Amino acid sequence: MMKVFLLHPDQDFDPSTPLLPNVDDLTQDLSLNILFKAMARGDTFLFQVVRQVVLSPLDESASILYRQEILKDCLKYPDVVRQMYLIPLTFLERKHKRWLWISLRHSTPTSILSSARELLAASLDLLRQLRLIADQHVNTFESQGFRRFFTMIQRELDDDYLNLVEKHVQQLRFSRGTLLSAQPGKGNEGSNYVLCYPNDADQHWLQRMLTSHSPTYSYTLHPRDEAGARILEELRDRGLARAANAVGQAAEHIESFFRVLQWELAFYIGCLNLYEQLTALGKPVTFPQPVPAHERRLSCAELYDVTLALTLGSSVVGNDISADGKSLIIVTGPNRGGKTVFLRSVGVAQLMMQCGMFVPAESFLANLTTGLFTHFKREEDKTMERGKFEEELARMSVIVDYLTPNALLLLNESFSATNEREGSEIARQIVSTLIEKGIKVYFVTHLYEFTRSFNGDNILFLRAERLPDGERTFRLKEADPLKTSYGVDLYYRIFGTEQQQEMTD
Amino acid sequence: MVSLSILHYHDGLQTEATSQPDFFPDLNLDQVVEAITKPGQEYNLQPFFWTPLRDAQAVRYRQEVFQDLEKAPILEAIKQFAEGMRVVRRYLAMMEQLNFADHRKGWLLEAALVYCDTVTTLARHLVDLPLRSNGLSTFREHLTTCIQSPAFRSLATDSQHVKNALAAIKYSVIIESGKFSVKRYEGEVDYSSEVEHVFSKFKQRDAQDYLVHLPERAGMSHIEAKILEFVARLYPEPFEELDRFCTEHNQFLDETIRTFDREIQFYVAYLEYIADLKRQGLPFCYPHVSATSKAVYVRDGFDLALAHAWRYEQKTITLNDFFLTGPERILVVTGPNQGGKTTFARMFGQLHYLASLGCPVPGREAGLFLADRIFTHFERIEDSQNLRGKLEDDLVRMHRALIQATPDSIFILNEIFSSTTVQDALFLSKEIMARLTDLDVLGVWVTFLDELASLSEKMVSMVASVDPNDPVRRTFQIIRKPADGLAYALSLARKHGLSREQLQERIR
Repeated sequence: MMKVFLLHPDQDFDPSTPLLPNVDDLTQDLSLNILFKAMARGDTFLFQVVRQVVLSPLDESASILYRQEILKDCLKYPDVVRQMYLIPLTFLERKHKRWLWISLRHSTPTSILSSARELLAASLDLLRQLRLIADQHVNTFESQGFRRFFTMIQRELDDDYLNLVEKHVQQLRFSRGTLLSAQPGKGNEGSNYVLCYPNDADQHWLQRMLTSHSPTYSYTLHPRDEAGARILEELRDRGLARAANAVGQAAEHIESFFRVLQWELAFYIGCLNLYEQLTALGKPVTFPQPVPAHERRLSCAELYDVTLALTLGSSVVGNDISADGKSLIIVTGPNRGGKTVFLRSVGVAQLMMQCGMFVPAESFLANLTTGLFTHFKREEDKTMERGKFEEELARMSVIVDYLTPNALLLLNESFSATNEREGSEIARQIVSTLIEKGIKVYFVTHLYEFTRSFNGDNILFLRAERLPDGERTFRLKEADPLKTSYGVDLYYRIFGTEQQQEMTD
Repeated sequence: MVSLSILHYHDGLQTEATSQPDFFPDLNLDQVVEAITKPGQEYNLQPFFWTPLRDAQAVRYRQEVFQDLEKAPILEAIKQFAEGMRVVRRYLAMMEQLNFADHRKGWLLEAALVYCDTVTTLARHLVDLPLRSNGLSTFREHLTTCIQSPAFRSLATDSQHVKNALAAIKYSVIIESGKFSVKRYEGEVDYSSEVEHVFSKFKQRDAQDYLVHLPERAGMSHIEAKILEFVARLYPEPFEELDRFCTEHNQFLDETIRTFDREIQFYVAYLEYIADLKRQGLPFCYPHVSATSKAVYVRDGFDLALAHAWRYEQKTITLNDFFLTGPERILVVTGPNQGGKTTFARMFGQLHYLASLGCPVPGREAGLFLADRIFTHFERIEDSQNLRGKLEDDLVRMHRALIQATPDSIFILNEIFSSTTVQDALFLSKEIMARLTDLDVLGVWVTFLDELASLSEKMVSMVASVDPNDPVRRTFQIIRKPADGLAYALSLARKHGLSREQLQERIR
């Protein structure tokens, strides 16, 4: 059996596995599409793959490390991996571009027949290329994953097999002539075509037609009239023999192997793309250390929001956080001070770690999580059934349906769609219960009353930094919440000048 | 010729808006207009719904047409007309794509046949119907003149004659690989069923699908054109008649009728949209409109988008009233969450906008102001690309709106400044309110800040009420009374299973 096994040590990655139930929220709240787009570099297939893999987190350190090892080989030998990725790509490109064979179901009998034959022919040199790469690198690559893959290729694609394929390709050549009859349809457009095998055609009938007394007008296509030939071929296909079906199935096995190889390598190509972009920006990346889910760990240096870095470039600020032993991290501080950005950087890094990627930081160690959930403030529900606050609660309630101990919940200005006193009270009840139940919570909030009700060893307060002159540094520091959010100075900056002018007018 | 428009009572260039007004999404008018115009996308009706009127007389011209069309026989006649014109347009549009003369001519003839029938039928219907509106009466006169003209009469006679001649033709085609032949039909028997019978003998188990899924061809390639050319050679006379017909009648559409066909759909589409709601007993009325008086009111008003979204559900739409008299300008709405405040604010905006289009509005009785601009500010989704931060964004948008606004503008504000602390929000809200009252604009302000409701005589306090026997149950009634500071957040949390006790149970 030709098995790829580059995403899991013992099975194919199943692309039909349903994504996390909260995938839409995660994508929106963490701006994941920016990450996926960078990894895809405009390639829609890569986008689809990295999205699927990133949003299907692993839950064990061993399987994360299996991918980390493979990814390290990729970062070390990027050219070999890209060359390898070109093999299934070339195959599929040939398939799509040269013969326009989309699938057996939607093809004509004529094209199925010729496509199946040509497809087998087209795979031969590529299979030999793959063998060559395996022969060259089985001993230089270090990861368990690549070593197994190369050994499998050497075993399965031996010379006997390749010769057998070649023999089949030679046998698949034959042609048929076709006769068809038709009737005029609506708007004088031909229709009701009925086709016959030329071999089975009734000679007496043909002769009767040709010797008919009525005037008959005939037209012979110009040899270079390809469009006309195609139209006639289309008509002919309507009744042509269907035996071609069986031949097509022979090509299917090889195709599916190439597809799996393309799929699993695509994830690593996406990682390579991202790595190259971040390196070019001078931003650090590191392979994270996952620790078991039941621990409460986070310690990182220069953790930055990768999506923001990709948007804004190298100026993006990172954070050094030590939150070991903390179950609740409360982030406060001025508007546009970097709170949401920090929250997003935590979420994105967690996802990247749990799919086996490097993370955007100088160093990163965190506990695994059984589920990542986001609850960010939202626009009014467009179905109009609910008010804003109720919408927040309903969304929270859906999250609770999926929460299990050791899940990670990121709250961003949640429960603020009511007045501060009530919002704080509800937030207090919910958050304190979640922590008791073993959920790890990050909470960006303006609810001052809420923050006052928490203290203890398992709680960390971070605050967006604001210098004495009012400037924001976009860095978070360990500090207790302050009671104001600086709305007044914003107001005077936007309205203030004009107001003074009005007064002097 | 005097240009005649069923949408505008006077001549002159009417500019259509090219994009929807900014406030559409906030008021859910984007959903309303999307739903209204979706069935008739080909008419490109959206610009009509994006272009409000500021002239009371222009509004009444449309209201009259609406009132005529609310009579079933008139609407039915117009719909039948539209259906015919749609076929004509489809044929003519298709013709443009065709490469071969006889093919094109064949479809022009089809279009002419349908056109004559459609126009004649509409004229016959309208003559018998009592029309009250200026717009439709004038159009009826035009139509009567049109069908009695010599040009139209010859179009009708000629098209029928040519059609009869072509319909009498019958022919056969024989296609071989790389070659085909055409001859007259000579009573040959159906051969295809015999072929099918032969093929069934050789059928593989699962090969059948390939044949079944082959799509039907439409249109005409040069091969099929060649076939038609042969047919024309076999039967020259009907095709010569077709030639003559097409030369004489290549531009047969009347410009006024064509314009009417599109513009009348503005009315039809809106009436179709509200038809279900009227059947359910929801009231619609033609409001008194004014571009000068700011004394506005509605009795039994409702949110049109919500009513439409709920039209198939067993839910009751709550009807609400409001009025502003004397110095009163701004409705300040407070009360519990999910009490219908946002819906109420939307209703206020929708009523004013729909009135300015000349449409019947959702309510039993109304007097409304024809505003020059409507400004809305609803909670927006957070955009990670926008680094200015939520609060700054709110302030910048508010600032921009206040610069553009005039005393004739309408403001609808929904929970602005909610991303900051209570003190900040209160400070900012009072500042903005002072600017609004200085401008003397009309508006609605939904807020949690009770203090705003009693700032000056220009404010009117309205409160979303609850069932006194069951505080969790909202009545969705918005009532004119002082703000009472009641919010029901905790009961709401219980309703969603988020109280402490419920969470203890739910997470395992």
